[in-house]
Amino acid sequence: MLLLAGSVPVEHLPLLIGPIEVTNSGIKIDGHELLINRGNEAMMTAACLICQEYGVNPPVGMVAGDIGKREGSIAIYNHLAEHLPEMGVKVLTLHYVMPDLKLNKKVLATIDTMTEKPIMIADAGSMYVAKAGGDAHYYEVFTPDLGETAFLADDKADHPSFTRGYIFNMEEDVPELIRRAYAGNNAAPTMFVKGKVDYICQDGEIVDTIEQPSIPTMEPIGGTGDLITGMISALIYAGVTPLDSCRIAGRVNRVAGELSQPSPATQIDKILRYLPEALEKVQKQLR
Amino acid sequence: MSFLSRFSRVKQEEPEKESVSRGLLVFAHPTTVISVEEILRDEGYEIRVVSPPPAYRTGCDLSVEFPMDAEAAVVELLNTVGLPPLDVVPITGQGMEPLQFVRTKMYGKYIMIRAANMKMTVDQETKIIVNISGGGCPDVPYLATEMIGKRLCDAPDPGEVGFSLCAYSLNTSREELIRTIGD
Repeated sequence: MLLLAGSVPVEHLPLLIGPIEVTNSGIKIDGHELLINRGNEAMMTAACLICQEYGVNPPVGMVAGDIGKREGSIAIYNHLAEHLPEMGVKVLTLHYVMPDLKLNKKVLATIDTMTEKPIMIADAGSMYVAKAGGDAHYYEVFTPDLGETAFLADDKADHPSFTRGYIFNMEEDVPELIRRAYAGNNAAPTMFVKGKVDYICQDGEIVDTIEQPSIPTMEPIGGTGDLITGMISALIYAGVTPLDSCRIAGRVNRVAGELSQPSPATQIDKILRYLPEALEKVQKQLR
Repeated sequence: MSFLSRFSRVKQEEPEKESVSRGLLVFAHPTTVISVEEILRDEGYEIRVVSPPPAYRTGCDLSVEFPMDAEAAVVELLNTVGLPPLDVVPITGQGMEPLQFVRTKMYGKYIMIRAANMKMTVDQETKIIVNISGGGCPDVPYLATEMIGKRLCDAPDPGEVGFSLCAYSLNTSREELIRTIGD
């Protein structure tokens, strides 16, 4: 099973678990329709499209409503801590949740008890709490943007908002940020650093970069990184190596952006619509 | 133990022997700190917004460092305005301050300002928020839904309706946008 877990911005929505179905306006989990938004819904939709394309089972979603008051995030952490071993999860992607060091460590303690551990991918709040807890070694893939890479590079920061100024100002030197993140054991073995140039890293080395097509207006658009995380998750679930998953997802994201001809005011649902066409183009290029 | 190593040990222990002159006000949500900061600064208190000590950290929190000799007056003031702290703790070390640097990018008529991991983009002609990007706390998608499509002056204040450090940084972006282009 590919399990995608995270909160959605619907207050009081209880914990829902079930196969994710793509609908005309968003996604459906356990009978509940969720509109497309940046964050988990965008990530889940992208993962569904890749799973469909690669002929594997659709991902299972685990969502709960949280607008920042923590209750949905707590429900997700607790359910994972109590039930993960019996769920048969092969790949687990954790995304938007309120960082909670104690609860995340409770989930990781459960994973320690499992003989067949899931491949873990983290982005957003789940990546923040993994780094803040010194637990990056549990994860296979991190997908930070530049601000988040600076956070991973700062061994003193608990959250991107606490990144020290001199490290934040190092962003012109992305390889140095990557080096610091690995040196501090705050990076996952495979890391996709999203930016004007995407850096794909493996075990501390930059092994690939993606610069084309260059669509500067994608940076302001909320959710483009979520698509990458969703695609990487589904590709790994379909049997592609983490490294090649990053290579494919990064290229598909850029081509989808190019096809959508975005302005800084474009919303993520528009780019999502071009994902199947972009995937087809990239697969042809890679053949 | 050599003289030098004894000396270095004494140096390491020194902070524990410091007299406690500063305290920390701990709150449930980082964004509460935005209001508290404003109130205490207006009252003339010398304060800093910092990360709490390890025992109080959840991974997304913010607290206010203040002069301990003003504890009674500060707590009474915060109780009066309905912002009581969860806890008040004496401190000797220094917490980390949230990042205040911002970066600005122009895309024709659009301006994007990023604070830490949070980006807000506004149409300079209409002052309408057209996109919010970055962040990882659950209130980010919620704030995006509530703020996009509204003028800067009409959109809810992330410091008031958000709860997380991402909301705190988003508020920094918003304040810088207002300073730069007006609302």
